[in-house]
Amino acid sequence: MSDALYYARRYPLGVIGALILIIFVLTAIFAGVVAPMDPLTTNARASLAPPSHTYWIGADMMGRDMLSRMIHGARISLAVALGATCIGSGLGAMLGLASGYLGGWFDLIVQRIAEIMQSLPLLVMALVITASLGPSLTNTIIAIAIPLIPNVARVIRANVLSLRELNYVEAARAIGMGRARIALVHVFPNTLAPLIVLATAQLGSTILTEASLSFLGLGVPEPYPSWGRMLSESAAEYIRSAPWLVIFPGLAISLVVFGANLFGDALRDILDPRQGD
Amino acid sequence: MAPVLEVSGLSTVFHTRAGIVRAVQDVSFSVEAGETLAIVGESGCGKTMTALSLMRLIPSPPGEITAGSVKVAGTDLLKLDEPGMRKMRGSQIAMIFQEPMTALNPLLTVGRQIAEMVSLHENVSRRAANARAVEMLHHVRIPAPERRAREYPHQMSGGMRQRAMIAMALACRPKVLIADEPTTALDVTIQAQVLDLIGDLRKELGTAVVLITHDLGVVAETADRMIVMYAGRKVEEGTTKDLFADPSHPYLQGLLASIPKFGAGEGTRLREIPGIVPALNNLPKGCAFAPRCSAAVAKCQEAIPPLETKRPGHAAACWVT
Amino acid sequence: MIQYTLRRLGLMVVTLFGVSVAIFLLLRIVPGNIADILFDSAGLIDPAEKQQIIKDLGLDLPLVTQYTHWIVGLAHGDLGYSYVSEKPVLDEILPRIPITARLAGLALLFAICTGVPFGVISAVRQNTWLDYMLRLMSLAALSMPSFWLGLLVLMAFVNWLGLLPIYDKAPATWGAALLMYGVPAATVGLRSSALIMRLTRSSMLEVLRQDYVRTARSKGLSEPAVTFTHALRNAVLPVITVIGIETAFLFGGLIVTETVFNIPGVARFLVEAIRWRDYPMVQNLVMFIAIIVVTVNLIVDLAYMFVDPRIRLRT
Repeated sequence: MSDALYYARRYPLGVIGALILIIFVLTAIFAGVVAPMDPLTTNARASLAPPSHTYWIGADMMGRDMLSRMIHGARISLAVALGATCIGSGLGAMLGLASGYLGGWFDLIVQRIAEIMQSLPLLVMALVITASLGPSLTNTIIAIAIPLIPNVARVIRANVLSLRELNYVEAARAIGMGRARIALVHVFPNTLAPLIVLATAQLGSTILTEASLSFLGLGVPEPYPSWGRMLSESAAEYIRSAPWLVIFPGLAISLVVFGANLFGDALRDILDPRQGD
Repeated sequence: MAPVLEVSGLSTVFHTRAGIVRAVQDVSFSVEAGETLAIVGESGCGKTMTALSLMRLIPSPPGEITAGSVKVAGTDLLKLDEPGMRKMRGSQIAMIFQEPMTALNPLLTVGRQIAEMVSLHENVSRRAANARAVEMLHHVRIPAPERRAREYPHQMSGGMRQRAMIAMALACRPKVLIADEPTTALDVTIQAQVLDLIGDLRKELGTAVVLITHDLGVVAETADRMIVMYAGRKVEEGTTKDLFADPSHPYLQGLLASIPKFGAGEGTRLREIPGIVPALNNLPKGCAFAPRCSAAVAKCQEAIPPLETKRPGHAAACWVT
Repeated sequence: MIQYTLRRLGLMVVTLFGVSVAIFLLLRIVPGNIADILFDSAGLIDPAEKQQIIKDLGLDLPLVTQYTHWIVGLAHGDLGYSYVSEKPVLDEILPRIPITARLAGLALLFAICTGVPFGVISAVRQNTWLDYMLRLMSLAALSMPSFWLGLLVLMAFVNWLGLLPIYDKAPATWGAALLMYGVPAATVGLRSSALIMRLTRSSMLEVLRQDYVRTARSKGLSEPAVTFTHALRNAVLPVITVIGIETAFLFGGLIVTETVFNIPGVARFLVEAIRWRDYPMVQNLVMFIAIIVVTVNLIVDLAYMFVDPRIRLRT
């Protein structure tokens, strides 16, 4: 506890980042309670209503309350981002651990596959996977998670390789501990710090990828109001007549990614100073 | 003969979160042309900080030279502005460092790094600067200097890099050369060669050399005079011969007793000095060596002993001896 | 060095082969037969016509044959026909390439020309308010979705300047051309710029701690000479490697930016092809992107070797 206080004082920006994340996550969880209106109820008379007492940050073309849509959107955007980050980092870590620890042909194949995957931009791969699986909430999560795997696998693999040479691992081997046990007891716990750092760093980018996919109309389908979808192409038509449709969802995305980045930076400095930028 | 380098009352502090670290306190010495003065002490006693203070290369902040003067051929370096000081560095007072592996820029050829020094301080053409670089490499006995000048540091061995460093430091014939542990990172056989080289060039060019080392063997072989530092202060000074024969300060006595002597007989035990160098931000009130000193008396805890002349040309700061 | 280059070229072929297989298979596990989709969207009802579609597209052939057809065609510059426009794929892609290439080049140029200097300033002035400002700004730039930034830029242009930097086939003046390409390029390059800035900063801080920087100072060099001749040279080495990685990211950013600014480039075309389920187009476009990324990475690696004598002259 005193440790946490110490770090909180040393990394005030990290605390701000964590607070932003916590606020967004709480908003997402209690969206039903926090949102002033129903995000799906349309109201023809409120179409494109500017910010007012009733509609704090305006209403969209269908007269739905933007604030409520954004609060519910937090749920979708964060769920997709967290889900994708967990799945991608988890699978990547498992592959990296196995690849670094087993070595040999398995390592070679994993390395080649990682290289193949990294020769495509993240968004392109996510797009192709969505195109192939079809648009749905789960498929969006999968499409964003898969491109994360190679990067995580590579970092964890490099980490395992350096850990393998350490004295206590050698010692464990010398006293006849089994390979699987060494991997689980000695190697895995030491890859946790870089994994957490990496996953946090990915969180911001998964939120952005989801937003981009949804913006292009290939992400989370209707009726889920994800932030990216709210900004979807049609919004470009309203930049003159209803700028609040453009400004606020983007602000929400930027703010939560900013929080994730601040938090991730501080976490990296604390847990894994070597990883650097 | 007037000394080339005259340091008096030099004090350097570091402002850190843990308080003020007094790295160098009231250090004075002088070196004549062609003379080698050794600064001796354990690591953390302020040797390197003294050297960097002479060059005014103390990282500032947090470091700060608070008092004293450093006169090179009569000019007080501490009174110069930064551009004035830059003109002195390299041309009047040059330095070579401990780690030849990392002290040269890996992306520039050795020749270019030497030539850079020349064209910085002398108004010569690039071609002439390059020629001087080759000449200097030849001077420090590097074979095939034309070819070596076109090579990068990683293509040379540690000893050769240190020679190149010396070539660079001496390229503008500085009056003073500061050598900070120049041989510590090298193999023993190479060490002797590099020390010989520094000695020869000193005689040839009349350079005053300040040799910083913790290795008393090196001191015995190369230095004319030596000063002993402890916890940022000078505690003893004299000719090398005299100090080795009859050390006054218990610290130097301890240091000398801790080196193995050839032919000392099997039964002789090496002695070590108990304890460690005190933290420079939390020095005792009296003599800084007192907590480790077997000869310490009550007075040693009370006041810092002044430097007293024990014999002509031999001074020490100790209440007891 | 030649040996290394050849090895890299060999690995590059292996990687591209892997990409081609992956893309080919991915686009064939599509739920719902392509023929069905085309059949429905064309509004046809006659089952015979559906069979005709399948035959036309070669979908009745075994997968291996289909794949070989594609790759052999690819090697001959025959990329097949678009399902949608029914024109040769190559004719559709080729005219779009220069547009995207110009955007990407400008964006990269923008990113390097802003990222490196600001990174150096930030490092040299470490822990001053200027450093904090630059770091916060770079972090903010990394947090903004580039399409949103694009929309904001459009909004600013429309509301305050009363003009729209939209794509025009034949810009009248140099200024118009610069506006047309420069604004989207800066929008998409901002992210890379921020990333390069952060990397330059940390790399520069690392280098400034090195012994050879102290040596340079001990020679009497001025601070600018130390920073630029000695430190920066070493500090940009890791930045060079990241440029390769950034090219890939840049392409992702271009997909949305071209969409926002309505630029008919390759990147936006990929989204359109996916939306229209024009699979020959998607397949070839993705392959094209992979070739570009892999090639840029190879060039960057070779450039790195060329700049760093420790690798170039390895004995």
